[in-house]
Amino acid sequence: MLGKTAGGLFWMFRYLERCENTARLVEVGFRMAMTRGGDPADEWASVIDTAGARDAYLARFDTFDGPSVIDFLLRDPDYPSSVLSSIEAARFNARLVRIALTREVWEATNECWMALKAALKRPVRENEMTAVLGLIRQQSALVRGALHGSMLRNDGYDFARVGTFLERADNTARILDVKYYVLLPSISQIGSSLDNVQWETVLRSVAGQRAYRWLTGGEVAPIGIAEFLILDGRMPRSLAFCTAKMADNLGYLERDYGMRHPCHDQVDRLRAMLHDNDIEAIFEHGLHEFLTDFLRDSGILAAQIEQDYRFYG
Amino acid sequence: MTDKPEFFDEMTGSGDTPRAPYAEYHRWFEGEDIARLRHKSNEAETFFRRTGITFNVYGQAEADERLIPFDIVPRIISGREWSRLARGIEQRVRAINAFLYDIYHRQEILRAGRVPPELIARNEAFLPQMIGVNPPGGVYTHIVGTDLVRTGEDEVYVLEDNARTPSGVSYMLENRETMLQMFPELFSKVRVQQVSDYPARLRRSLAASAPPACSGKPVVAVLTPGIHNSAYFEHSFLADQMGGELVEGSDLRVVDGRIAMRTTRGYKAIDVLYRRVDDEYLDPLVFNPASMLGVPGIMDVYRSGGITIANAPGTGISDDKAIYSYMPDIVEFYTGEKAILKNVPTWRCSDGDSLKYVLDNLAELVVKEVHGSGGYGMLVGPAASKKELAAFRAKLEAKPGNYIAQPTLSLSTVPILTKAGLAPRHVDLRPYVLVSPDKIDLVPGGLTRVALKQGSLVVNSSQGGGTKDTWVLEE
Repeated sequence: MLGKTAGGLFWMFRYLERCENTARLVEVGFRMAMTRGGDPADEWASVIDTAGARDAYLARFDTFDGPSVIDFLLRDPDYPSSVLSSIEAARFNARLVRIALTREVWEATNECWMALKAALKRPVRENEMTAVLGLIRQQSALVRGALHGSMLRNDGYDFARVGTFLERADNTARILDVKYYVLLPSISQIGSSLDNVQWETVLRSVAGQRAYRWLTGGEVAPIGIAEFLILDGRMPRSLAFCTAKMADNLGYLERDYGMRHPCHDQVDRLRAMLHDNDIEAIFEHGLHEFLTDFLRDSGILAAQIEQDYRFYG
Repeated sequence: MTDKPEFFDEMTGSGDTPRAPYAEYHRWFEGEDIARLRHKSNEAETFFRRTGITFNVYGQAEADERLIPFDIVPRIISGREWSRLARGIEQRVRAINAFLYDIYHRQEILRAGRVPPELIARNEAFLPQMIGVNPPGGVYTHIVGTDLVRTGEDEVYVLEDNARTPSGVSYMLENRETMLQMFPELFSKVRVQQVSDYPARLRRSLAASAPPACSGKPVVAVLTPGIHNSAYFEHSFLADQMGGELVEGSDLRVVDGRIAMRTTRGYKAIDVLYRRVDDEYLDPLVFNPASMLGVPGIMDVYRSGGITIANAPGTGISDDKAIYSYMPDIVEFYTGEKAILKNVPTWRCSDGDSLKYVLDNLAELVVKEVHGSGGYGMLVGPAASKKELAAFRAKLEAKPGNYIAQPTLSLSTVPILTKAGLAPRHVDLRPYVLVSPDKIDLVPGGLTRVALKQGSLVVNSSQGGGTKDTWVLEE
């Protein structure tokens, strides 16, 4: 496979994942603004923080009001992680690597792009929000379904999956990092009640609120949320899960090509970091420090993959 | 039908009853509801959009990707008609390859005085770098798209020999795919020869032209100028369908005397490069030094038998519009036979008497740039305004050698579906010929381009033309 094609697949699926993550954040904000009594500006500001987009947002807007935040996250062409920018980038990469995609995956991606472009042509009105967010979720699920159902399990699939999980781990780690201060103070005082809004933001933005409740029987404890999102191998957006998947797919590449690269050592380091720690140790070390280390190391992993598999000349 | 039959209509001939190849289709059509067909027509557009069968338009950022309009009424050719065309095309393509070999070697045809030497020597399409080079298997034009027009029951003319990098074959394939999806019932009524194995035949043909340096199964790749090129869809489509790689110049470099592509496992040699990049951009060391689209050093590798470039560099000298007028002589010179397919009578404006005739009859003629393509820089006399005629007259007088002129042909029509039902529109036909050292292979079909505007004779997609599925019936 061409290095360029491997890189295109990697980025196509990173962007598709990003598109979904950003949409989910909008959903969180929208829901909270609807159901909560407090100042909605705080909640929208927290959504922007979770996206890690405070600077980019404030460069364009002065206040954190719902319509501006929503429009920024869904449609802003200059914000590279907006839903529209992400799907554009995903589809651009898909065109680049079309020969490595099945017709089903290509068409699902192309249709996703057409549907989202049409739905996001104008600012989304409040009464259309549920339908539009539902459409984004549905369309990206169709691409994922086409990938699972029709692609050969070869190197191309591995690059697509590694891109997906790198982006997802990155997303979860960033959300936790932005919110760690919410979880942190309460750790010393076990049993204290968490700010419901804040923990719900965290869990909802990784689509984990139901699973978490189901697993814990409804008990909300900060250390439990952190453990769930960092170490729980059953949670498909946890750092442990994503890292294990990356290690799997990179392992397939190693076996398939008969060649071990520095990226394999790097993913092993990441996995060890999650495997060798329990949540108490992580908090002891400092949650923020731990997440910073993780983000740094996954950044190194991404760069190493790019180099080892010759994405660029 | 509104037009009087001053043109040959391929569905009805000159009368009211359908010609034999269309009989079955016509019967089916009579039983159909126009509204339903119009609806189908919209469905086809959705199909094309979803599949991403688009072309990029230069200089139009907003409408970056466009669809070529597709008309759902097929263009139908009988098996017998096709056999004759096929013989004529094969003869012509054989002559073109012999001509190219000769022109880049002993130049017998010039010595024999059949083609004037200055037409070659001073021609930009002639590449001195190709003199004495032997392309693998002796093939210059691996893929040719011969543009044909029809003016009557038995009158077919070759309009152009596209011997560089003819495009459009992906539309031939996708048009058929679309028709099969929309009207499966038609294909059980009418026995149409299939075209869907074109990519496999293309691959076989390219592989058969592998260079001496190839060991094992030939590695085939398509070289594209990139994602912004107007025909990018076609490049990726063909690579995909052939099971080859789609590469850009930036993926390639010279490694151990071969052209190699950067893969996830290191550099891997390519045997046959189906390039969709013009000669000029192929090798910055030899041609345009500013080119980022090619591969520095590829011409050296080519000359030493390290790679097959399809089509070979320098084939443009054979489809040049000034050379075109000599094609009947060229066919006869190399095949010893009269040309089966007719040439359109052509006035070379470089010649003083011809220029005078052309200037005197400008309003009746079609004038083309010798090096132009895509329908740009062309004058259709009968359709031009006085102002356009005057402007063209000035251009002709300034640089007569840049132009040729031809009579305005009465191109045949095939109906398209309009709101009011069927209406005749002018068409041309581009079949695709594959040439390998052991055979000339012609897929029974081609791209029918149709001028969608009533009365228009310009079928180019860049000028508002559309396409149709082309059916060649079984004999």
